[in-house]
Amino acid sequence: MPEPHAEHAEHIGLAHQFEDLSQQHDADTFGIWLFLVTEIMFFGGLFLGYAVLRWLYFAAFDGGSHVLDIRLGAINTVVLLGSSLTMALSVRSAQTGNRRALVLFLTLTMILGGVFLGIKAYEYHQKFAEHIVPTLDWAPEGEVLARLAPGGLNHAELYFFLYFAMTGLHALHMIIGMGLLFWLIRRARRGSFTPSYFAPVEVVGLYWHFVDIVWIFLFPLLYLIGGRY
Amino acid sequence: MSTATLEPRVQSPRNYLNADYGWKSWLFTVDHKRIALLYMASITFFFVIGGFFAFLMRLHLIEPQGALVQPETYNKLFTLHGVIMIFFFLIPSIPAVLGNFLVPLMIGARDLAFPKLNLLSWYIYIVGGLFTLYSAIAGGVDTGWTFYTPYSSTYSNTQVTAVAVGVFITGFSSILTGLNFIVTIHKMRAPGLTWFRLPLFLWAIYATSIIMTLGTPVLAITIFLLALEHLFHVGIFSPQLGGDPLLFQHLFWFYSHPAVYIMILPAMGVVSEIIACFARKRIFGYKIVGFSSVAIAVLGFLVWGHHMFVTGQSVYAGLIFSFLSFLVAIPSAIKVFNWTSTLYKGSISYEAPMLYALGFIGLFTMGGLTGMFLASLATDVHLNGTYFIVAHFHYIMVGGAVMGYLGGLHFWWPKISGRKYPNGWAMLSAAIIFIGFNLTFFPQFILGYLGMPRRYAFYPAEFQVLNVMSSAGASILGIGYLIPLVYFIWSMRYGPVAEANPWGATGLEWQTPSPPPTENFAEIPVVTEEAYAYSAEEEASRA
Amino acid sequence: MQGIPIQPEQASTIAQSVDHLYFFITAVTLFFSVLIFSTIFYFMIKYRRRSPDERPKAIEGSLPLEILWTAVPTLIVALFFVWGSTLYFQNSEAPPGAMEIFVTGKQWMWKVEHPEGQREINELHVPLGHPVKLTMTSEDVIHDFFVPAFRVKKDVLPGRYTTMWFEPTKLGTFHLFCAQYCGAFHAGMIGSVIVVEPDEYESWLQGGVQGETMEAAGARLFKENGCVTCHLADGSGPAPSLAGVYGNTVHLTNGQTVTADDAYIRESILSPAAKIVRGYQPVMPSFQGQLSEEQILDLVAYIRSIGLSQGNAKEKQQEEGKK
Repeated sequence: MPEPHAEHAEHIGLAHQFEDLSQQHDADTFGIWLFLVTEIMFFGGLFLGYAVLRWLYFAAFDGGSHVLDIRLGAINTVVLLGSSLTMALSVRSAQTGNRRALVLFLTLTMILGGVFLGIKAYEYHQKFAEHIVPTLDWAPEGEVLARLAPGGLNHAELYFFLYFAMTGLHALHMIIGMGLLFWLIRRARRGSFTPSYFAPVEVVGLYWHFVDIVWIFLFPLLYLIGGRY
Repeated sequence: MSTATLEPRVQSPRNYLNADYGWKSWLFTVDHKRIALLYMASITFFFVIGGFFAFLMRLHLIEPQGALVQPETYNKLFTLHGVIMIFFFLIPSIPAVLGNFLVPLMIGARDLAFPKLNLLSWYIYIVGGLFTLYSAIAGGVDTGWTFYTPYSSTYSNTQVTAVAVGVFITGFSSILTGLNFIVTIHKMRAPGLTWFRLPLFLWAIYATSIIMTLGTPVLAITIFLLALEHLFHVGIFSPQLGGDPLLFQHLFWFYSHPAVYIMILPAMGVVSEIIACFARKRIFGYKIVGFSSVAIAVLGFLVWGHHMFVTGQSVYAGLIFSFLSFLVAIPSAIKVFNWTSTLYKGSISYEAPMLYALGFIGLFTMGGLTGMFLASLATDVHLNGTYFIVAHFHYIMVGGAVMGYLGGLHFWWPKISGRKYPNGWAMLSAAIIFIGFNLTFFPQFILGYLGMPRRYAFYPAEFQVLNVMSSAGASILGIGYLIPLVYFIWSMRYGPVAEANPWGATGLEWQTPSPPPTENFAEIPVVTEEAYAYSAEEEASRA
Repeated sequence: MQGIPIQPEQASTIAQSVDHLYFFITAVTLFFSVLIFSTIFYFMIKYRRRSPDERPKAIEGSLPLEILWTAVPTLIVALFFVWGSTLYFQNSEAPPGAMEIFVTGKQWMWKVEHPEGQREINELHVPLGHPVKLTMTSEDVIHDFFVPAFRVKKDVLPGRYTTMWFEPTKLGTFHLFCAQYCGAFHAGMIGSVIVVEPDEYESWLQGGVQGETMEAAGARLFKENGCVTCHLADGSGPAPSLAGVYGNTVHLTNGQTVTADDAYIRESILSPAAKIVRGYQPVMPSFQGQLSEEQILDLVAYIRSIGLSQGNAKEKQQEEGKK
């Protein structure tokens, strides 16, 4: 990301390789969209693996899904959607030059992200408590075992492997997003962003929305298999 | 271009090489030209290692029982030869060296869109390379560069995780470089430089970048899952655990087939530039050649199943992949015909770059045509898994891509270094490489049809004669590669100083001094003519 | 023989047709290579630069030429595609009545089982002039069964069956290679396919160590492993009767239907919960780890045998019932 030059006030944020701020803004937004396409390809491999394994072992996926805590998943979905709202509002604040609102909304986004990660951490902790962590702690018992046995315990282990891989990769992207937000908040408080230069906010915003959308897919695919009647 | 007298050491004008000194100015540079040189040094280093492994392999294979090493060691040699040559030499080569250096110059920009990202890409490449070197030193890897499961995930007890991490990390270098190029070419062209005025090298780099950005992430996730499976023994690729080994192959080849187009498309772009300059004529069918590059990139994503014809996949899948594999050959053929037609009524001169370009056309044509045998289902059944495949891909990747890279280095060397190399030695090494290459790999086509499988550490005695021929060729090829290494380094200090445009070529990169100043152009140029404006009328309007 | 051969022996019914295609593609590609290279050479000489001031006229291109050299290669590759695919299609299904032999690959050897019970390691005896269908699986990693003289190969995968067929046309001993890298001694996983006269094959089958036929071995395993306890022949147990099942359609609890082929039987033994027959409970235990791939193939042979004979008996019963 370009650093501000200690030059004429009009050129705040203009990097040396660009002719003007609008070319830079164009390039930055095009760049992040392209990067998000690569992220789709990246997650895509996991989704393909999920599709194949679910087709092969539906019973195991059904059982595994019912073991997940649907309320926590639903809360997390709402939390992330909320954080996308606050993120969008922060971009708007940057656009309109409202520094206080910008800092406020970025902070809210970060808080909501933190809530998501906290709930996720709790869910992971629960998996350890229930001994349904593939390889590391795989010894389901009691009700959980009763749920998972019909589909085959081996295949249930595969389901949870995918659960951890997909939500883990997603959580990693969230953590990176938190880091980016922290950096943005620092720069925003220093007044680095103006209505003519706020590309970093927009770029991080796009990234954040993408991470949110991935979760929108993960939630039904992992938590909502089969009915809940 | 005599080198008999040493040039007096004159005060060179300020350029990107002497703008700043010290290791920090190199390791923390954001200048795309310096980053290109960082890549050049790194990939040469890996090429030497990968080439050394190849040398050991060919030496080993002169005797049917194996002359040099234990089978386990041989298996590690061919694995690391493949991993290093593909991921750490071929895939970066032209894009990261010539692309990084030339893309901003050719479009009249001061740098790429994201210079810091560019430097980060190099560091990512180096970290990935370090992991791979570690895997080699700490015991090696014996899975083949294709990492087929369940051998790699569950049975091999070699450094699979380390090399998987290395390849995973390096992939991001590729992704970010491609992203940088796409944004740069879209958003930073000089005034007047429309898409259809771009040099064909940039069309090729653009098509390559599409593949790099879209395909590499799939490799990344595949290798990531493989590493997890190797470490934790739970996974989606091992039948023992309920997984599917063919799922790995589909995911792996979904990237690795387009990857071969990452390796060949830039070389084709280089060839277009060289032919136009040394025939002094616009490339025949410019638009068609440009579109062919994009067509190859797109079609290249649809043919991965031709690596899996004998895996037991459905015959209908085989039919579709066979059909598409034949289709993807057509744009390549079109390019060869257009390059040939460019020579017609041209004014052809034969310096080293032209020899490499012509060598490319010959060897790539042969390699591409041998692809016909493999796209055809019935013959592929017999040829898959044999030395025919090895010969086929070496003709394209070495006979094609490496020749293209060397040709490009010889063409743009004066611009990059500000020096000229001795043309006589350059032409001699081009010839040695051409001869050595054919001697090494042509016998392998025959070996393959006779039935000798690939990746064999020892083999039935009846295959010995052809193996010895191949190894003899390899030693000649090796010498051919060493000579340019020597004279390029020599030229940096003792070569005659090069002027801005020693070849009389068109293109914005030749309108700036050799070597260019850090900011590339004193003033951003305005483009008013078509690409390859070599004709007398176009030259007159320039004057 | 002196000199270097360029093709392996032609020892199967398809070898010659594969070679024909191969040499046809060679001829066509050679022709076009020579055409292109000689054109380039000719231009290189005729249009070499004679003076440094030469400025050739710009030639943009020629649409008719582009169409020509797009259409001609397309037609040629279409020919390669059609010829190759047709041959491939013809060779994909074993002819009915092909003799079945079972192959298990493992690091680093080939284990062959003839239905009559004869077993071989790294060798495969087959009779001349009779189609042979191989059903293959791997005990560990991916291998590939490759016989250059027959022009056939197929990957051998763990966890599933792959099949291939050939009909030998020459007596003799031919190379068998593993053609999919499988670890340290991949190069050592080689053997021979030995083609003998049919009567010699018969006597070879009878001779040597007398073992049980695969069907008999399967019947024995069916008892020893307790399968017979639940899979009662009259279907009155907690599991369906297996008489007449092989090759027929099976209705599952999830509404789908499948054909009871080798792969289905293997899966039912190793992962019984994957497909449950309609009307039955998922109570069958898995035999993963308790049966080797060869034992599973024996069981498949047994279930196939009761499918044929008892199936006929059942049909007769039904017909009797209709009368």
